[in-house]
Amino acid sequence: MDGENRIEHRFEIKGGDFGNAGNVSTKIKDILKEIGIPPSIIRRVAIATYEAEMNVVMYAYHGILNFTLTPECIEIIVNDKGPGIEDIELAMQEGYSTATEEMREMGFGAGMGLPNIKKNSDEFEITSEVNKGTKLRIVIYLNKKQ
Amino acid sequence: MNQYYHSIYINEKKCEGRMRCMRVCPTQAIRVRNGKAKILEERCIDCGECINVCPNNAIIPLTDPFTTISKFKYTIAIPSPALYAQFGREILPDRVLEGLKKIGFDDAYDVAQSCGEVSFAIQEYLREYKGPKPLILSSCPTVVRLIQVKYPELIDLIMPIETPREVAGREIKEKKSKELGLKEEDIGAIYLTPCPAKMISIKQPAEGGKSHLDGAISIKDIYAPLLSAMENLNKTESRASLKSLCILGIGWAIAGGISKTLKLKNSLVVSGLRNVIKVLDDIENGKLKNIDFLEAYSCLEGCVGGSLTVENVYISYNKIFQLIEDLELQEIKVCPDIREVRKRYKENYYLRKEKIYPRPLKPLDPDISKAILKMKQKDKIYEDLPKIDCGACGSPTCETFAEDVVKGEAKITDCIFKLPEKFEQISDELIELMKKSSYHQSKLKKEE
Repeated sequence: MDGENRIEHRFEIKGGDFGNAGNVSTKIKDILKEIGIPPSIIRRVAIATYEAEMNVVMYAYHGILNFTLTPECIEIIVNDKGPGIEDIELAMQEGYSTATEEMREMGFGAGMGLPNIKKNSDEFEITSEVNKGTKLRIVIYLNKKQ
Repeated sequence: MNQYYHSIYINEKKCEGRMRCMRVCPTQAIRVRNGKAKILEERCIDCGECINVCPNNAIIPLTDPFTTISKFKYTIAIPSPALYAQFGREILPDRVLEGLKKIGFDDAYDVAQSCGEVSFAIQEYLREYKGPKPLILSSCPTVVRLIQVKYPELIDLIMPIETPREVAGREIKEKKSKELGLKEEDIGAIYLTPCPAKMISIKQPAEGGKSHLDGAISIKDIYAPLLSAMENLNKTESRASLKSLCILGIGWAIAGGISKTLKLKNSLVVSGLRNVIKVLDDIENGKLKNIDFLEAYSCLEGCVGGSLTVENVYISYNKIFQLIEDLELQEIKVCPDIREVRKRYKENYYLRKEKIYPRPLKPLDPDISKAILKMKQKDKIYEDLPKIDCGACGSPTCETFAEDVVKGEAKITDCIFKLPEKFEQISDELIELMKKSSYHQSKLKKEE
């Protein structure tokens, strides 16, 4: 992530704000389309960003999503203040979810969020502290050779 | 040369640059330069929203005139099922078809029959399909173009099934050319269209290749002569009966008609371009994977809401809806022969021959490094703009204006808020220059 040539954006995400859920990922998609990033990469970024955004909306109180684009890669870092994740290994399992019944009825909380993010990113790091919050780092390379 | 054909034309003489079109355009494809609206070819998806809002009627849909039928030795009218919805409830499709023959067409073909066949094909395809979902209906040319331009990564979700109008055109021309001993090019298959977008799908199909249709006449243009021709029909010429109606086909005129008549359990219906955009955004975010089929229409309530229709969209919607209900109630199922359709389906008769390719907008720069630099410039310009999207510069929003400046298509002084700043700067420079001049120096000396 060296070099001067980069675009950085900082987005705020409010916990429980379902009305605006998805806006951050739409804005990021628009930027990538304007730059001319290949569709296949945009789709992976869109899915990863959307799932990360939804995790904040559904479970945390507040989150900041930092988006960085360089000619080599896209990096997304999400820091949230929230309950944190007790057992990350468990949370990474497909199908595991702590979503409420209401959330499931809205089509969320299928337990695919984190696994889906991981599946769509080239680098994926997650750290969490119970009752403090979760940090997520996602990197997607523009050029798969790296 | 224009790379893309469009079915919308701006009459410069009538245009007063009032910007309503520019503000309403969902793909930001209109700019006002030198007081006249201009369409950016690569961005336009032919939705026709601009046509409806122009206070000067300066935006004209480019459909064929009625006289186009004289170009062929034999012409067949292929009316959109939306035409059936334009008249009172007592006027059933066979009367409409008879009326069309009276106003100058040699024959009229009930496209609802082809719609019914394609409905079956959709059902079969959905049943066998195992790939990513939801599959998107391909019959609305504007939705297809929207995906090509703004959602290129969703292109493979467009169902690879031919549209009923193309199936109808192909079939009737083949049949008539055998019957009459005419060459296919001497037979004109003319679509009667509820929207200008169908015109581009005929002139320049999204998938490339050539359309089986030879032109499109606006429903508005044939409405009056057709109405009086139908009034003059005597009873024996049109034995109006529900029995001649294909329930599956008639549903194509309204949003939700396909899903309703096929009784699809897991489909989603959306109409109105802005609503379609929202749903496509959701699909792009990986949502709606549990939905099998998306029926999406650019016009509100489906084809009956097209800008070239006559009847109020809710009334025409209701007519079709009631017809479907009546047919369901009376259990009338005069639809295409299922066995025949299934056989044809297996022979790939309904499969679209060509693949649809994305048509993404030109990026800020073909080189990603340079594009990022330009994006930074754009963000910087945007930061300094008033962000009120007044449009006075001729670009629809401050953001698009910043982009136009970076691309060299607009000057920063086109912004009426930036212009006074420039004046101030120039006048400051002038004062400085003045102070340095010998005239000013001598004046100073005199004063001393």
